[in-house]
Amino acid sequence: MTLVKTQIGRRAFIKNTSLAGGGLVLGFSFFNACKPKEAEALAVELEMPKEWFEINGYLKIGDNGVVTIMSPNPEIGQNVRTSMPMIVADELEIDWSNVVVEQAPLNTNLYSWQVAGGSRSISSSWQNLRMAGATARQMLKEAAAQAWQVPVGEITAKAGVLTHEVTGKTAGYGEMASAASQMEVPEEIELKETSEFSIIGTSRKNVDGKKITTGKPLYGIDVQREGMLIAGLVHPPAFGKRLKSFDAEAAKQMPGIRDVFSIKLYDEDFDKMAFHFTAFNEVVVVVGESTWQVFQAKKAINIEWEDAPEATQHLTLFGNKMEMKHPAGMENSEQHTDKLKKMMSGKGNVARRDGNPEEAFEKAAKIIERSYSCPFLAHNTMEPMNFFANVTEDHAELLGPTQTPEWMEPAVAERLGLPLEKVDIQMTRQGGGFGRRLYGHFMVEVAAISQRMKAPVKLMYTREDDMSQGIYRPSYYATYRAAFDAENNLIGFHVKAGGVPESPLFANRFPAGAIDNYLAEDFTVDTNITTGAFRAPRSNFIAGAEQSFLDEVAEELGKDPIDFRLELLKRAQENPVGDATANDYDAARYAGVLELVREKSNWGQDQPGVHRGVSAYFCHQSYVAQVLDIVMENNEPVVQKVTSAIDCGIVVNPDAATNMAEGGVVDGIGHAMYSGLTFNNGTPDQQNFDRYRLIRNREAPKAIETHFVQNTIDPTGMGEPPFPPIMGALANALYKASGRRYYHQPFITDRVFKG
Amino acid sequence: MATFNLNINGKTQTVDVDPSTPILWVLRDHLNLVGTKYGCGIAQCGACTVHLDGSATRSCMLPVSSVGNSKITTIEGLSENGDHPVQKAWLEVDVPQCGYCQAGQIMTASALLEKNPNPNDEEIEMAMNGNICRCGTYLRIRKAVKLAASKAS
Repeated sequence: MTLVKTQIGRRAFIKNTSLAGGGLVLGFSFFNACKPKEAEALAVELEMPKEWFEINGYLKIGDNGVVTIMSPNPEIGQNVRTSMPMIVADELEIDWSNVVVEQAPLNTNLYSWQVAGGSRSISSSWQNLRMAGATARQMLKEAAAQAWQVPVGEITAKAGVLTHEVTGKTAGYGEMASAASQMEVPEEIELKETSEFSIIGTSRKNVDGKKITTGKPLYGIDVQREGMLIAGLVHPPAFGKRLKSFDAEAAKQMPGIRDVFSIKLYDEDFDKMAFHFTAFNEVVVVVGESTWQVFQAKKAINIEWEDAPEATQHLTLFGNKMEMKHPAGMENSEQHTDKLKKMMSGKGNVARRDGNPEEAFEKAAKIIERSYSCPFLAHNTMEPMNFFANVTEDHAELLGPTQTPEWMEPAVAERLGLPLEKVDIQMTRQGGGFGRRLYGHFMVEVAAISQRMKAPVKLMYTREDDMSQGIYRPSYYATYRAAFDAENNLIGFHVKAGGVPESPLFANRFPAGAIDNYLAEDFTVDTNITTGAFRAPRSNFIAGAEQSFLDEVAEELGKDPIDFRLELLKRAQENPVGDATANDYDAARYAGVLELVREKSNWGQDQPGVHRGVSAYFCHQSYVAQVLDIVMENNEPVVQKVTSAIDCGIVVNPDAATNMAEGGVVDGIGHAMYSGLTFNNGTPDQQNFDRYRLIRNREAPKAIETHFVQNTIDPTGMGEPPFPPIMGALANALYKASGRRYYHQPFITDRVFKG
Repeated sequence: MATFNLNINGKTQTVDVDPSTPILWVLRDHLNLVGTKYGCGIAQCGACTVHLDGSATRSCMLPVSSVGNSKITTIEGLSENGDHPVQKAWLEVDVPQCGYCQAGQIMTASALLEKNPNPNDEEIEMAMNGNICRCGTYLRIRKAVKLAASKAS
């Protein structure tokens, strides 16, 4: 046991605050749409208690010993709704089969970091979740000690049962729940040793599995309310355009249509957070009785658009002021490429410089230089953007899929003219996130629409709306150079990377610190196309580029690609170049995943016809190495197998983490190989899945093996890290299979494959 | 607007909607059967898959006026208690990540097994290729289809 003070997040553990802001009001969810009996039967197959006793903001215990655990974070498919409550349950010492999980609403009094972003759900709440369970366990013990008049230290808690061995007394948690709920919150509690975990580290099935497989309402799009109207919106057809005027007379006459109007999202002077970002501040709105009627009416509005002037957006990101310049005009992908190339040939901003890279390249006997690029991507969550709002004169209720409820709440409150405490936000399960739902402009949109209509409203984007009004993954471009001396030693390394509108460079990541003469530079190109975070931002390109280039360097040196990386990591660990504290990776853990993947993939034991590529990357505090095997069939590459080795510290729910790792591999292969969003006159060429290609079942690897490094380090990121490196492993294996290097994503457009 | 009598999940349902309304929106907006999902509206992603007389069909481009007396089965009607072999296999393999596409995947898989109880790997991939899973659970989908086939046979 480890003693810890309960101060972190202590507010959450003090009983009465939890009710502030509608914290734990049961039944206040869209299951109201179901018959109560049905809803209950669906929620759990457990017998429900007659009475619940709230122990703290994370959990309540029923008189029959059933425990409800709140899952605070948005569930976008990363499994937090299962894995976060597992952490609470483990410290509480309760059988997982006696646990009911509920989605917590946004409550900044109770919870911290209610965000699905940065792969931080588990790591940022790890301590709080453990304390929530451990605090309750301690309060139950104290209740039993009082009831039995024995010292609390003699009471043990195991699997929902309190025991006093000396007297032989036992009681279920349910029996002590009422008394425990009256106990003072302990000043100090004991956390389990990692060796004592009984739920953490064991695979538990998705708590929503049954509802998902039987089609029960779970997602934002499934929300239904009495008197609810449907809203759709029409945005400018191109970036660089804005609304001039519209004529909606015909649309208003269509059956079921209640109103057509335009809304402005934000006032010019609104102090925007980066996540308030939106592509189009003014849109035309159609409100009607049913989705199909609204979708049809959208097409019947005559709208005149005009050119938008150049603009500068002032945004705040975690306290830092940012300025984004949006030039006027309609942009093309070809122009972006030209501008990136022009910037590449100019002077970049030096982000890190070790030794004397200029001299190293000057005296080099040989230099290799390679350039890499990738297009914009749309997130394409399978559930398009949507949200529900019911705004009355003095209150706003919002319900739906968002990755950032806390950060959107001020924007909604500001737009409605309501104080923050009058805005309640609840989260549904979400049909994917990938970063798109970090930008919750649709919440402000639906709130403004509901306020105007004085009715509950669900805003629905079509797939085309979703894909053509994105907050896209930027387009990136990077050039790598390596200098070799006459004895073929690597003596210099230069990376220069830029993008539209941000650079993908991480100057202090590997191989920084491992090469004597190192130069990292970056640059940016302004755009009026909205971009933002996409699963593993920036890493999702630079990892593949860097790992492909290192493969070429290893080949140039005549070294095995894993041995070569391990040599560099050894150097970074034992005798780092430059400021060692600046390196944001742990060379030993980095090497650890490479060694593990070497072992598990039987690296070095070549099989005829199997072409292998390796890659390893660090991001979101985790380390992932992957080996990808290709066989050629009819001149087409078939990914036969991927072996992943992952170090993300303690793995809370191994099978769910494995699922995520498999998904990351498929997602990474898919985007590197097939996907891209291009622009012509400010309009995306791809607006639905007929032209936007996503990886499909037949294109996924035939097998994926996932191995985790076993350690007792507190959990680090898991949702994003398996995604970026696979792109490098794919490119490297394609080279082995086809004899050709792949530099430009999506690889499928680069050439015809030949074995 | 027009009145249609539809055979859905073994029951006759009467709706009064525009004849062009796709079955997807009839199910979701008018019959409160929201398990069938909207993904693309152009029959490219498979999220809206239902059974039309036993065949996997994209409901997003299927006008209500075109179905006549055909039997429609949705994810809600696939089994009484969510215990169809495909649903059970999906739970056992713990397929879903976000879960949004999975009702459509299950409807495609169950229609496949109805016609071909023992599909090989190639047949499974071919049959499931029209259903996009953005989370990338394709390997688990294949595994669950195989498991369901083995349990049913």
